[in-house]
Amino acid sequence: MILGVIIKLLFIVLVVAGLFLPLITWVERKQSAVMQDRIGANRADVFGLRLIGLLHPAADVLKLLSKEDVVPAGANRVLHQLAPAMALVPAIVTLAVIPFGGTYTLGDTTFSLVVADIDWGMLFVLAVGSLATYGAVMAGWSSNSNWGLLGSMRASAQMISYEVTMGLSLVGLFMCFGTLKLTEMAALQDQTFRLFGFLQHVFGIVVPGFLDWVRLPMWGLFLQPLGFILFLTCIMAENKRPPFDAPEGESEIIAGYHMEYSGMRFGLFYTAEFLEVPVIGAIVASLFLGGWTIPWLSTGDIVGGVGSVFGHGFATGVAIVLHVTSFLLKVVIMIWFQMALRWTLPRFRYDQVMDLCWKMILPISIANVFVTGALILFLEREA
Amino acid sequence: MIDFLFYVFAALAVAGALGMLLNTRNAVAGALSLVGTMVALGAIYVLLEAYLVGVLQILVYAGAIVVLFLFVVMLLNLRQDEFSPERLRITKIVSVVIGALVGIELLVLLPAALGPAAVLPEGFGGYRMVGAALFTDWVLAFEVTSLLLLAAMVGAVILAKRRID
Repeated sequence: MILGVIIKLLFIVLVVAGLFLPLITWVERKQSAVMQDRIGANRADVFGLRLIGLLHPAADVLKLLSKEDVVPAGANRVLHQLAPAMALVPAIVTLAVIPFGGTYTLGDTTFSLVVADIDWGMLFVLAVGSLATYGAVMAGWSSNSNWGLLGSMRASAQMISYEVTMGLSLVGLFMCFGTLKLTEMAALQDQTFRLFGFLQHVFGIVVPGFLDWVRLPMWGLFLQPLGFILFLTCIMAENKRPPFDAPEGESEIIAGYHMEYSGMRFGLFYTAEFLEVPVIGAIVASLFLGGWTIPWLSTGDIVGGVGSVFGHGFATGVAIVLHVTSFLLKVVIMIWFQMALRWTLPRFRYDQVMDLCWKMILPISIANVFVTGALILFLEREA
Repeated sequence: MIDFLFYVFAALAVAGALGMLLNTRNAVAGALSLVGTMVALGAIYVLLEAYLVGVLQILVYAGAIVVLFLFVVMLLNLRQDEFSPERLRITKIVSVVIGALVGIELLVLLPAALGPAAVLPEGFGGYRMVGAALFTDWVLAFEVTSLLLLAAMVGAVILAKRRID
């Protein structure tokens, strides 16, 4: 039991902190270079070995660690030094409830690939995410700087507003799946549904039999397309990366709430932002992109098909490897998507950010809840 | 294990509350130590198997309401001498009365709490049970509360708008 938890924790730490985190700064620089027709980071070398710029993350960390850690005069020392950690911790903690694989049976032990399989998993994600605000608030206020304070005001207002709509945009999805447990949600997405089935249910049209073969995986993306767009917008605004980076808009307030930070403490803010990119990818993947599931190939098919030839244990191993790979692939796709968006859109003005939240996303997500509820009621009566 | 965790979080909650009270010089630091109390209370609710209440405590109180407190404190930058002594006296009297009432309530309820622990039904404190209770047995109270909140929200918007106009 304890051993299992340690193995899962190690996996998460190694993959996310050990693989994604160092690579992601490199990916960001290379992605922007590709999009802007440049070569990108390729100068750092060890004995002439450049490795297409892969040494840059290590050089960055070395530089940040060896820099002086400045605390401005008149700053609140304790809060100033605590703030970077407050910004980083929520992103790491969120990973505890994200399932990176399904539930498997080996011999007479059943285990699922998630660190903490709690019943209210998605509420946990939202609650932990809401604590991330304090990193920005504490940083700006404690550094005794007007720019910092302005940045943390913007950050806290933006994050609180988008938390509201983030929760609301998910309600439709919760209604579809009937659960808040992330492992259950992912397992439900392991099925498929008939694409034209609704014609029969809603309009009473008899669908020709061959169209029954046109099936879609039961992903949140297909059940709640509107919810997907709304949620993705909200969660990217929570991360405060461009185009939602008004809290650190350098043309207006220099660097916002982390302006008075130097060295690795500044680096921690950036680490938090970069770490949130794969974390967002993982959340979106498990809610809307089927999590660890493989489209049109359910766990039962894999274990049954491979198991009939090579035995159950081997088949379970194959299923685990395929599922974890599928999950990581989805996370990588989401990371790529966020990077592409970050280098495509310019920064929104602050009033545009707030208008988008309260005047667009909020009404649309409330309408989404009503329409989803009505559809579920109607379909359940038909069925 | 649960006993040990309870003492840890109870100590954190009390420390946070004391930090808020004793930090009279610095309202922001006081509000931040209130966050500690809120998070510790949320953890205690979870230990009591009131999962939904616990997570809402963190989501709503620690994650939103105290941030709004901080917002107001930072924007207004209040100092103690900006309040009239008359008003401070009234505040003190009211807080002593409320504190005494809560103390009496605790003393009255304590014997019941010291009895044997109640056996909880399956799913107690989860979002399903709370939601079902809220939308069937207590739906009137729920709707009345939502009307009250709506009225408060409209009032706040009108007050804020008048200042801008």
